[in-house]
Amino acid sequence: MADTDIIIHDEKDNVGVVVIEKITPNQECNCWIMENDKSVKIQSKNEIPLGHKIAMIDFKEGDTILKYGHDIGKVVKDIKKGEHVHVHNVKTKKW
Amino acid sequence: MEIPKSFLGYKRENGRVGTRNHVVILPVDDISNACAEAVANNIKGTFAIPHAYGRLQFGADLELFFDTMIGTGKNPNVAACVVIGIEPKWTKRIVDAIATTGKPVEGFSIEGAGDIKTIMTASKKAQEFSQWASEKQREECPLSDLWISVKCGESDTTSGMAANPAVGNLMDKLEPLGVHLCFGETSELTGAEKVCATRGSTPEAQKKFMKTWSDYNDFILKEATNDLSESQPTAGNIAGGLTTIEEKAFGNFQKIGSRKFIDVLTPAEEPKKGPGLYFMDTSSAAGECLTLQAAAGFNIHLFPTGQGNIIGNAIEPVVKLTGNPSTAVNMKEHIDLDVSKILKREMNMDQAGDELIKTTIRAASGRLTCAEVLGHKEFIMTKLFRSA
Repeated sequence: MADTDIIIHDEKDNVGVVVIEKITPNQECNCWIMENDKSVKIQSKNEIPLGHKIAMIDFKEGDTILKYGHDIGKVVKDIKKGEHVHVHNVKTKKW
Repeated sequence: MEIPKSFLGYKRENGRVGTRNHVVILPVDDISNACAEAVANNIKGTFAIPHAYGRLQFGADLELFFDTMIGTGKNPNVAACVVIGIEPKWTKRIVDAIATTGKPVEGFSIEGAGDIKTIMTASKKAQEFSQWASEKQREECPLSDLWISVKCGESDTTSGMAANPAVGNLMDKLEPLGVHLCFGETSELTGAEKVCATRGSTPEAQKKFMKTWSDYNDFILKEATNDLSESQPTAGNIAGGLTTIEEKAFGNFQKIGSRKFIDVLTPAEEPKKGPGLYFMDTSSAAGECLTLQAAAGFNIHLFPTGQGNIIGNAIEPVVKLTGNPSTAVNMKEHIDLDVSKILKREMNMDQAGDELIKTTIRAASGRLTCAEVLGHKEFIMTKLFRSA
């Protein structure tokens, strides 16, 4: 089995988490969806370090990020599929 | 995997089962620590649980103090207990409550006698208890005699991906077997509180949870100089890839798997609605949370960690697991189970849950945990407000 680069918790999630030291731009990444034990692939656009998130779809400002199958915040700047998702383009809905 | 049906535990007088056979010397207050530690030093097979409080507390803070002390003595991991306090009244209140379990317990007060005479009389009783307890044997007990508490600490993204959901997998498998389960950490559920509330099995449990969380949130808003947006997630969390408090909270929340909680407990409150999952209102500070869960009667603890928390507990064995491959190697002496293979897809969640069940049963049956071997006996009182 190919090495896993990205883990996706839930089938509904629209982001994945990098589980190798880092992924590089234009890398063809192997993703593992834990909930159903399926595999998908995605091409990265940025360098993304271990533990950080990658967009699995295109997002528009105001969209909702789903991880663990749940709402974990709102998109504050458009994000393209394969880009790094973090504090620069996502904010909490709490405050 | 076929889940084992039993573990080896100590059957107690009140029908509960201990995973340990401690003889505890319990000081009622800060100034009785010296005496209690002297007795424990005299008499092998016993240990003292020193702490910082027990004087001039009042109201709800005093009641929580008594609940914590009494619950610790009543915990089935304690075979017998010597209680030593400065004054007879509070000492007697603790002794009488522990005695309702039927276990051997005796109290001593120092006022009017002095340390040296108290050490002598209490040591004689402690000797009797230690030799009595040493003859107790482990017997085969059903898994339903396990009361498992959980709390995570020093979390990172691997906690939400591997170690926490492994605990959740264990809960999903053991709850149907009649095990008592408990999670806490009111503050760390912020961001997931509405979803957590929907996990209440009844409208009452859901309402009770939201009230508990709201009371906590009101307290934070009243006492804090700013909201938690600067500290939750922390700079370290953000560097590790956690973006929002919601993300952190949902990672924490993986520990309960797909279970529903049947009731909400106040700090140190003993569950009374039978087997199943309970939520307890606790701090997210590990020492305080575990002390409250142990005082509620839980007899073994599971602690997932990312960056490597080293916590133990005075009377509850603490089983630690990590999904972080670096922590598993660099802090090996603290980690009872390494589930980092999940990240490489060399282990799935079902297998991780099975491994954790095996590790838990071995620890419950007597295998010393890393925290026990390294001498971690944290006992940290939750203080609600300052003393008079």
